[in-house]
Amino acid sequence: MREVAVLGVGQTKFGELWDRSFREIGIEAGLGALVDAKLSSADLGALYLGNMASGSLIDQEHIAPLILDYAGLAGRHLPGVRVEGGDASGGLALHQGYLAVASGLYDYVVVGGAEKLTDVSDEAATQIAASTADHEWEVVFGATLPALWALVARRHMHLHGTLREELAAVSVHAHEMGSKNPNAHYRNRLSIEQVLHAPPIAEPLGMLDCAPFSDGAAAVVLGPLEEAKRHTDTPIRIAASQVACDTMALQHRDDLTSVASTVRAARAAFARARRAPKDVRVVEVHDAYSISALVALEDLGLCEKGAAGKAYASGSFGLDGPLTVNPSGGLKAQGRPFGAVGVAQVVEIVRQLRGEAKDRQVPDASLGLCHDLGGTGATAVVHLLERAG
Amino acid sequence: MSVARFWRETPRRYNLAGSRCAVCGNVYFPPRAVCPSCPHHRQSIEKMLPFQLSGAGEVISYTIVHEAAEGFEMQVPYVLALVKTVEGPVLTGQVVDIEPAEVGIGLKVRATFRKLREEGKAGVIHYGYKFSPVVEEELGRRPAGPRASVPSPTGGHEQARA
Repeated sequence: MREVAVLGVGQTKFGELWDRSFREIGIEAGLGALVDAKLSSADLGALYLGNMASGSLIDQEHIAPLILDYAGLAGRHLPGVRVEGGDASGGLALHQGYLAVASGLYDYVVVGGAEKLTDVSDEAATQIAASTADHEWEVVFGATLPALWALVARRHMHLHGTLREELAAVSVHAHEMGSKNPNAHYRNRLSIEQVLHAPPIAEPLGMLDCAPFSDGAAAVVLGPLEEAKRHTDTPIRIAASQVACDTMALQHRDDLTSVASTVRAARAAFARARRAPKDVRVVEVHDAYSISALVALEDLGLCEKGAAGKAYASGSFGLDGPLTVNPSGGLKAQGRPFGAVGVAQVVEIVRQLRGEAKDRQVPDASLGLCHDLGGTGATAVVHLLERAG
Repeated sequence: MSVARFWRETPRRYNLAGSRCAVCGNVYFPPRAVCPSCPHHRQSIEKMLPFQLSGAGEVISYTIVHEAAEGFEMQVPYVLALVKTVEGPVLTGQVVDIEPAEVGIGLKVRATFRKLREEGKAGVIHYGYKFSPVVEEELGRRPAGPRASVPSPTGGHEQARA
């Protein structure tokens, strides 16, 4: 296996992009990553495209060749592969691209993530989000994705003493970070009171505990680490890329307050990279719901069980550290275009490790972690990224 | 959703027909073809026996849903809960016949046969289990099964010894 580096990154603005189509945003992100890597499309070996639900959202499957075609590459007959893993599709696509370069099959690949949510109603998007849970044994009985995470939240409060205000602090933090990110869907700040008084969605979660439905795309270019210095002064090494799965339905988990797939993927990633949670300076976690962020930080080993809410409430996860959480604003503020999220997390961590994050730069970041999650945790993807040389 | 897609699950949704592993004795709902607990999964293949849950259990977590799933819009706000049955499996379902504010972790409930949702005015009506609170005088008695208005599906289901 070869060492793999991220050589270039690209991303569109996230949000309600009414004037932009799925193919436009996909191409913008991909070409941005190619230019950033100082590569031409002639160097490319393949495209891996993370996308969760294009068939339901824009009536279009078969989207990897679509993006290649409209990027002007149909005549090169490159292999294009769509990767689906619920809302972990982006992270899962990166894992596939990593494997392709590590194996030596291809030298340079683009890994993209793209999703166009605003061409359907919010009600339809809610139902599509719920399709990442078990349709036959959860959704048919009245479950939505926020309702399932609310069941996790209630149990977390019961077992670990997590407070409603601590959940609200997750969204306040996300919007504080998002205010510094020009690509973010939401750049307004929030107060605890605003979160607590937002309309209820599934108690104890309210509207401002839930990430928005966004359009957006992100892309990275991967290549062999030994060639990386030819393309960039600041190659970022993928120190680990790990995927783990768990039961589809929340009801089949032994512990409702922990996501075993995250625990397993994180342990494997730290073992592979010969690093420990304490070495992580900056992390992007999958905060689709406020409770999801708490559970993720605890399962990744970055907080003790039950401690993440207190840490959020005391404001410990800002830029000064020792651990900065979701400097992009996360799903809550930067936005939640399902299949683009996992790739956008990597774009953010790469910018942080290169020192290019401007107003939201984390000082002295050398190791970062990305955590992508599908549904209530049936798929988890963990990537460790570090500055190379 | 096609009629067949819902119809094929009726034994499970109407009568809580699960399965029990003849090797390790663990009970599952919905039924499994392979036992997730047996260390050697292959041992359990073709040894997963029919097993009907009693429907008795207790709430281990709950939420009051205000933004409904498709087909449940007319029911908001409704309580969705995880119910741990006395036989072990945990089920996801609504808790009804109680004020939402009175539901709590530890509430004793029993499965009851109800309409789940309908697909518009002319579409299929979906039935299945919901949960209602067990009133105090019933406690201590043997829990009844879900009050299904349809005959038991295939027969031969082992009765739960609650």
